[in-house]
Amino acid sequence: MGIADFTFYLFAITTVVAGLFVVVSRNPVHSVLWLILAFLSSAGLFVLIGAEFVAMLLVIVYVGAVAVLFLFVVMMLDVDFAELKAEMAKYIPMAGLIGVIILIQLSMAFGPWATAEGVDLLATPNATPEGAAHNTAALGAVIYDHYFLLFQLAGLILLVAMIGAIVLTLRHRTDVKRQNVLAQMYRDPAKAMELKDVKPGQGL
Amino acid sequence: MFASDIAILLPEIILSVFAMLGLIAAVYTSKDGMAPVLVWLTAALLALMGIYIGLTGEGSQVAFDGMFINDGFARFAKVVILLSAAAILLIGKDFMQRDDLLRFEYPMLIVLATVGMMVMVSSGNLMTLYMGLELQSLSLYVVAAMRRDSVRSTEAGLKYFVLGALSSGILLYGASLTYGFAGTADFAGIVAAVEGGASLGLIFGLAFMVAGLAFKVSAAPFHMWTPDVYEGSPTPVTAFFATAPKMAAMGLLARLAHDAFGSVVSDWQQIIALLAVLSMFLGAIAAIGQTDIKRLMAYSSISHMGFALMGLAAGTEQGVSAMLIYMAIYVTMNVGTFAFILSMQKDGRHVTNISSLNAFSTKEPIKAAAILILMFSLAGVPPMVGFFGKYAVLLAAVDAGLNLVAILGVVASVIGAFYYLRIVYFMYFGEEREGIDGKMSPLAYAGLMAAAAIMLLGVFNLFGVDSLAEAAAATLVR
Repeated sequence: MGIADFTFYLFAITTVVAGLFVVVSRNPVHSVLWLILAFLSSAGLFVLIGAEFVAMLLVIVYVGAVAVLFLFVVMMLDVDFAELKAEMAKYIPMAGLIGVIILIQLSMAFGPWATAEGVDLLATPNATPEGAAHNTAALGAVIYDHYFLLFQLAGLILLVAMIGAIVLTLRHRTDVKRQNVLAQMYRDPAKAMELKDVKPGQGL
Repeated sequence: MFASDIAILLPEIILSVFAMLGLIAAVYTSKDGMAPVLVWLTAALLALMGIYIGLTGEGSQVAFDGMFINDGFARFAKVVILLSAAAILLIGKDFMQRDDLLRFEYPMLIVLATVGMMVMVSSGNLMTLYMGLELQSLSLYVVAAMRRDSVRSTEAGLKYFVLGALSSGILLYGASLTYGFAGTADFAGIVAAVEGGASLGLIFGLAFMVAGLAFKVSAAPFHMWTPDVYEGSPTPVTAFFATAPKMAAMGLLARLAHDAFGSVVSDWQQIIALLAVLSMFLGAIAAIGQTDIKRLMAYSSISHMGFALMGLAAGTEQGVSAMLIYMAIYVTMNVGTFAFILSMQKDGRHVTNISSLNAFSTKEPIKAAAILILMFSLAGVPPMVGFFGKYAVLLAAVDAGLNLVAILGVVASVIGAFYYLRIVYFMYFGEEREGIDGKMSPLAYAGLMAAAAIMLLGVFNLFGVDSLAEAAAATLVR
């Protein structure tokens, strides 16, 4: 077993175990931490097949942004996960049955695994020749050139997501007091305060 | 090459740019005060684009290496989508204003949803298909939850979102299986890979994708979200759900079936035929017990999708053309019916209970007559145009040898006629009591009357829709 095989099994086993703990751990914060471990080890797997750009994306986007966002949500929302799990237990027998049936059906499909001509060629990693564009540049060429239309459509979808978030959550409230910096700065101490001489025993 | 691609996508680009400019314009001016103007502008632009697409464009054009197809079929579907979206925006305007729901994002989201639908019916690649579908769905989730102070509306939006995400997942799973077996996501490549029989893996992919799309057309047994979403969403949004997205999803299904799997018709024919029969019966039977007219229209749309799917199940050019005719008629009928539902109100409050229609004919004989025509047409009673839609799909099914499906369709149609006729019964023979006051906004009135007039006058030649649909179907089925 070479060093590459060893690292593959290391990352693969870590990913699977971490994935398992995401589901079974009782504390949701621990779940998120396990999820981060799963992301990191799958990033390692991507490095092994020579997709270093995807690996970096996984670390930056998923670990850096998505998982941290999850962490925020989990900590800010007061969700009783134990109760949710108890609720889930009711449906487990039915869900398990459906899962097993789908598994059997899918394994039937795996039996006569007949792909169209030329698919095997696509499945083998296409090593970039020496001196040619490296992964990141090649990805850029594909996304911004060949898949230009899809890229723009994805942008439109994100725009809709942004509009949607604003439409559904933004409230122009009139009953809150907002800070007005200018008003604060132009405030004149002479007008804002009035000194009264209170005589003892009289009050105002 | 790039310039010609852009030229092919011109309507989509114009609409997207319009949506962005509209948003900016409204944000920097009077915000929601701009909304009525934007609704008018949007409806005018959508209608203009519909007319432009209908009048221009020759033959089949392909943009971006086959990822976007602009052929007769796509153009027919786009015209229906654009015109119905424009009509729904106009007839729903007063409702939205009255309920203080008309925010400037609403017309813009409708435009973006429409762009998504146009991409859907033009897609030539599994990825384009998914992008169009998501653009459409995401906009629809938001408008469904537009009335955010109402639990019903937010529930509708959330339910639609969760089930929509699930169906997208199923669709994507099927798409990835298809890609894995065919080695390409292009429809042209897939159809070459399945030449002479699809492998079992490809059929799995096909089944998953059809199931995912059946969610979107709300075909039974994937219809569960429909009644709740229709009932909870603001009524103009419900009207939109019942028209343009249905046309888009049916168009997408037809494109996937014929463009990507056109050489293995028998493999998907049985799935679609089963979906059709289940939808027709479920829609017809479950609607009988409904008292809320929006829920009733939800079941009605499920049943109508069953009929449209029956046309598709024929798997022939005639079938696709029948499906297109059916959808065009269905969309027109729904625009008219919803124009009326939108203005059902009593003492300034909206009512959706069908018993509030009691004795409507004595108060408003003309409107009642228009509803009568629309209901007869929805039920498929012979002199109305709705009958010809049903006739076309039944004929296509029989010609394709699906006699059993056609017979079941006739039976379901007879069952379904009951609840449409019940509405007519309430209007004409229901006992007199406090019902809705017949006030209607001029736009909604125009929508109702125009739809009813089309249902009557179209009897002579269907306004030539049938020959257009035939020409459109000929470009899809080769």
